[in-house]
Amino acid sequence: MTGRHRIYLALGFLGALHASVLLASFLAPYDPKVQDRELPFTPPTRLHFVDVRGRFHLRPFIYTCEPSSMPAAPCVEDRTRAFPLRFFVRESSAGLEVEKANLADRGAELGVGGLKRRHWRLFGVDQQARIFLLGSDGLGRDQFSRLLHGGQVSLLAGILAAGLALGLGLMLGAVAGFYGGWVDELIMRGVELFLALPWLYLLFAVRAFLPLHLSAVQSFFLLIAVMGVVGWARPARLVRCVVLSARERDYVAAARGFGASDAYLLRRHVLPQAFGVVMTQAGILIPQFILAEVALSYLGLGVAEPVPSLGNLLAELQQYHVLASYWWMFLPGVALIPVFAGYYALANALQEGAGVVPT
Amino acid sequence: MLRYFTRRLLHGLFLVVGVSLLTFFLLQLAPGDFFAEMRLNPQMTAESVAALRHQYGLDRSVATRYLLWINSVRKGELGFSFAYDSPVASLLWARARNTLMLTLSAMLLSWLIAVPVGLGCGARPGGWSDRLCLGATSSLLAIPDLLLALGLLFLAVRTGWFPTGGMVSPGFDELSGWGKVRDVLSHFCLPVATLVLGTVPVLVRHVRAGVVEVLASPFIRAARAHGIPHRRLVARYALRGAAAPLISLLGLTITTLLSGSLLIEVVMSWPGVGPLLWEAVLARDLYVVVGTVMFSTLFLVGGNMIADALLLAVEPRIRTE
Repeated sequence: MTGRHRIYLALGFLGALHASVLLASFLAPYDPKVQDRELPFTPPTRLHFVDVRGRFHLRPFIYTCEPSSMPAAPCVEDRTRAFPLRFFVRESSAGLEVEKANLADRGAELGVGGLKRRHWRLFGVDQQARIFLLGSDGLGRDQFSRLLHGGQVSLLAGILAAGLALGLGLMLGAVAGFYGGWVDELIMRGVELFLALPWLYLLFAVRAFLPLHLSAVQSFFLLIAVMGVVGWARPARLVRCVVLSARERDYVAAARGFGASDAYLLRRHVLPQAFGVVMTQAGILIPQFILAEVALSYLGLGVAEPVPSLGNLLAELQQYHVLASYWWMFLPGVALIPVFAGYYALANALQEGAGVVPT
Repeated sequence: MLRYFTRRLLHGLFLVVGVSLLTFFLLQLAPGDFFAEMRLNPQMTAESVAALRHQYGLDRSVATRYLLWINSVRKGELGFSFAYDSPVASLLWARARNTLMLTLSAMLLSWLIAVPVGLGCGARPGGWSDRLCLGATSSLLAIPDLLLALGLLFLAVRTGWFPTGGMVSPGFDELSGWGKVRDVLSHFCLPVATLVLGTVPVLVRHVRAGVVEVLASPFIRAARAHGIPHRRLVARYALRGAAAPLISLLGLTITTLLSGSLLIEVVMSWPGVGPLLWEAVLARDLYVVVGTVMFSTLFLVGGNMIADALLLAVEPRIRTE
């Protein structure tokens, strides 16, 4: 396979992953915040194709699950009634008092039309049963829906933070390399300062100066800002190197001779040279920032409940009995593996394309 | 030579001072401080909170406090912890010892594993061992270390082979000398294993890349023409040729291990610097945060300087002027 093909393959794989989390509210059978206190830590629901009489059905069906008193014991399926899986349903499961109440309120405000605002879901089951493809958590929330929505938050955090870090790095690196002199000296000292610290320590320290109790949205954007501000140093250094060599080229001197302004030179002749470096850095930085989000949220310093993120989904494992008994609570961590594999493959392919030996 | 090291030392000093200024002033921007929560306590009057703030000097200006802090660094105290009510230095040293024990043994172990494995992979580029190696390292790289730590903990809980956290078992003091060593070692296994599994793939890839590069160079071809067996070529010539870039990796390993151990220590409740920093961030224990960050910077700067000295010893061609 040529390098170009590998880049497209990795991009396609990552694109599919991101599309699936972007479509979370369609692919997930439930709202990630909806609780069912009757069904905490329900193991993943089994999809059946063969019923009690031994007949095969093309449409899979599920049984309801009686919560057992023993933790981690497989739940007892109630085989008297089967619930077929339905596709393209409108908001499958009611019986969720919270949401019902909310919708009723909103319905009252909006008139009768309010209730029709419930959107389509890819699949679902009848209201009396609940389908937990990946089990449920301690509050009876559907782990599959939370995983998809949490993935949305975590992957977005990674991309936005990397965008911020690369933007800062590109700007500062370009200025340092293009103008040189004391500006260069100042910026490069700053780079050394930021590179001198283990980045997780730095992230912690910067997080320490922000208020502890924040709403989920605020904490999400603050987290991105913090990660972006901490991560600008390495791209800045690399961009500076590229700019240093690019500004000495003859065509740059020629353009300057024709009276091109600095801004034009940077935009037209110098910065396009840094494209490869920036893309490769993106492939490296995004998984790193996803991991940072997961780590901070796991430690309770990142995205706050009830908004799910892959990190605060894993945080339930801090309780000993959850860690010991409910294996499906590990799945948000396992879901990171394909994401990381995709990004590493992309970074490797990009590096090879740029003529760097992959390490 | 001496001038080179003086310059490096000065540079290191600049970094340490710069980081201290940076963290100190960033932390001042924080809304609220350690005593902010106390104001909500109905048993505390506003006056007594103000008195406490005055006692710890929190009502002074930032610059004054920085100077006061420098003064306490000079006395070897590194500031004062509000939560523990003791100088930061005494807190930090006990924790730092545990973190150093963890990271240094993880580093040693990962190099001991990575160098032979990397040599084995790079010896025949494109061969089955090489492909196996690439596959194994890429899959290990894709596993986040948090998941690795949690997975190992799960294993420990399910099998009971390893203790699941902390550094010593309850009743540690009653154990005999040998028993104590065994107890600590058994607690050591999981965190060290997590750190090693996270570091080894990166190192193996670098070792492999270095060996492959050296093996392709003309002097190896000449040596091969002289009839030196392949095994000896790899073990002696290629390894020495690849040593220089590997030594400069030492600094990188220290960074990744320090950052990695921060998280792993909290997850596995290892009584190191990680949990100290975490609790300090949550409690707004200002000087503990600054002290911990300073510790990590010092460790890193020191590690990089040792790596530079080693590099100079292996590769005298490097210019020191």
